[in-house]
Amino acid sequence: MDKAGAIAIEIEPAAITTGNVLPLLHELQHALLRFQIDGSEHCIDVNSLPLSEQDHRQLESVLGRGEVHARLQALGDSEITETRIPGIWRVVHANAEGAVVGRFLEVTACPSILKTQQPDITDGIAHLQRLIDELPGADQ
Amino acid sequence: MKPGLTVGETLRAHGVTRRGFLKYCAAVTSLMALPPSSLKAVAAALEAARRPSVIWLSFQECTGCTESLTRSADASIEELIFNAISLDYHHTLQAASGAAAEAAREQAMHDNYGNYLLVVDGSIPMADAGYSTIAGISNRDMLLETAAGAAAIVSVGTCAAFGGIPAARPNPTGAVPVSELITDKPIINVPGCPPIPVVITGVLVQYLTFGLPDLDAQGRPLAFYGQSIHDRCYRRPFYDKGLFADSFDDEGAKKGWCLYKLGCRGPTTYNACATAKWNNGTSFPIESGHPCLGCSEPDFWDAGSFYHALSTPTEAIGEAAVYAAGGGLLVGAAVGAAHQRRKRKAVDSHRKVSLDDIDEGAAK
Amino acid sequence: MSESEFLLLVRGPLFTLATVILVGGMLVRIAEILFMGRRKSLAEARGSEASGGFRVMLSRSVPDAGTFQRSGFTIISGYVFHIGLFVVIFLFVPHILVFERAIGLSWPGLPSNIIDATTVITLIAMLTLLIHRIVDPVRRMLSGFQDYWVWLVTALPLITGYLAFHRVGVSAGWMLGVHILSVELLMITFPFTSLSHAFTLWMSRWYNGAVSGYRGIR
Repeated sequence: MDKAGAIAIEIEPAAITTGNVLPLLHELQHALLRFQIDGSEHCIDVNSLPLSEQDHRQLESVLGRGEVHARLQALGDSEITETRIPGIWRVVHANAEGAVVGRFLEVTACPSILKTQQPDITDGIAHLQRLIDELPGADQ
Repeated sequence: MKPGLTVGETLRAHGVTRRGFLKYCAAVTSLMALPPSSLKAVAAALEAARRPSVIWLSFQECTGCTESLTRSADASIEELIFNAISLDYHHTLQAASGAAAEAAREQAMHDNYGNYLLVVDGSIPMADAGYSTIAGISNRDMLLETAAGAAAIVSVGTCAAFGGIPAARPNPTGAVPVSELITDKPIINVPGCPPIPVVITGVLVQYLTFGLPDLDAQGRPLAFYGQSIHDRCYRRPFYDKGLFADSFDDEGAKKGWCLYKLGCRGPTTYNACATAKWNNGTSFPIESGHPCLGCSEPDFWDAGSFYHALSTPTEAIGEAAVYAAGGGLLVGAAVGAAHQRRKRKAVDSHRKVSLDDIDEGAAK
Repeated sequence: MSESEFLLLVRGPLFTLATVILVGGMLVRIAEILFMGRRKSLAEARGSEASGGFRVMLSRSVPDAGTFQRSGFTIISGYVFHIGLFVVIFLFVPHILVFERAIGLSWPGLPSNIIDATTVITLIAMLTLLIHRIVDPVRRMLSGFQDYWVWLVTALPLITGYLAFHRVGVSAGWMLGVHILSVELLMITFPFTSLSHAFTLWMSRWYNGAVSGYRGIR
């Protein structure tokens, strides 16, 4: 066996925590309270925070999954999930290679990216018209 | 090549829906270290941005920066950046060569005079123009000629930004960074050996969206180079607790402890490696168990061993101390001997006082 | 000068120079003292020189009751300062690495947050000692430029080290460089000022103990 092969590979990554999960959860709690009072939304960029693998796992297990799970297929897959806490949504963007390019926690009634966008409606009207025109009996 | 279209129009023409575009803007906002609340502003600016013509000049380089960039272009989101910019000249990537290539460059310069973006990788040899030439034109001449009509210059890689490996001692080619030759145009330094691919594209996008970004004292965009590796390192809790790996692959290293003792330059290096990471966020050197080399800092090749801790002196002070001790002992012994001699002379020349001396003194 | 040039300068030739001055200077002083010689003994010894010497080297560290009553504050504050300084210099891992590079020996260090707290305590002790020196009329009269200079060059590494560790202010490379420079200043001040007591006090304590232990006439 060559020297490289003699090095044991650790499958389980070290369980390091940065202690940043708790303040993050407090921030979400405050944002939820504000949202309840005056409807102001909040978005946290999870990738911008120093969190270890263990922290991410802990965050996932605390927030969990709720009733809604949507998959957006545009320039790669994006998973939009409501966590088990209503009002806290998890939005994970991946590119066409499957690599995660954005990870957000949104406090909102519904993440805006799920809603249909205006420019697409304009294209959609034109598209539907073309489909209608192609159907037999359309010229009636 | 349609320099007239905006970025938004170009992306739409490639079949990117609004959702796709917003998703890309969210990723880019995160990459530029802006808060999510900036998303609207980023989307609006990117949509309306005109595609600038880009001329890419490669000088004394290893092509690692271009490789880094083209790896990122495998991912379809970053590939769109190339559709969003009009890359009019890149002698490694373009299809044309020889006279046709140079004609293309001159045409692009002429058509977009004052507005094109000049991207440079590699350092410029000044000891002898013949060390690096393209189509018979020296690097220095090509840089000065092309920079004259550029709106801004992006120095990609530590070679273009600070001189890099060609400038390492003894610098046989007289390599200099771009900033030493061009002093009248805004220069954005994007150092790294190579720079992180998404940082290169992120800087281009940032330029498209907001124009010139805020730069630090070394001319690097604060969005990507504003924090040191140490400040964002996930192994920081171990540094604070005083838990260090003593050698490669020892117990501490396997537990993921801090690599300070192994020579990590994280504390004095500014780059986005700890957050953006490499290979689409897979990992970065420290996470893979190797100390940071400090490759986005000037003179990092000459800054002492990569494997000696930052706090340690770079020269052999143990040896110097031994010589100093020997020398000190000799000097001290000599001084001590001189003192002894003076004391003995004083003792020898000591004359006992006699009655006559007292009488003499009393008479005066 | 750029940040990396500055760091290279302080970690390189300046450190070597400071080491040479510190070691060379201290050896000159110590050799000078040793070669001053002692008077020849004229009578037979009734006790042992060495045991007296070594005993006093340690026992002098414990103040007697009278001294303590008169200057309790100085003693306590002084001990806090000295012990704190020892801990910060010799038990902080990045510093231990410097010694390892110089003499090849290494030893375990303390967690960095403990060193951090110790730095603050040491600086507070230093501050109280300085204030006492200025406020007390006798001490103020006795103090000269050297006393204040010595206080400054000892406090600067503590302050700059704290700032560098906490990454306050200007960029990290500059702060680290300034800290190393302040240590070099302390090193070159050592042999020429009262700071050399760190080495010579062992000699004077030994001598005092030896003289009493000898119990003979010289």
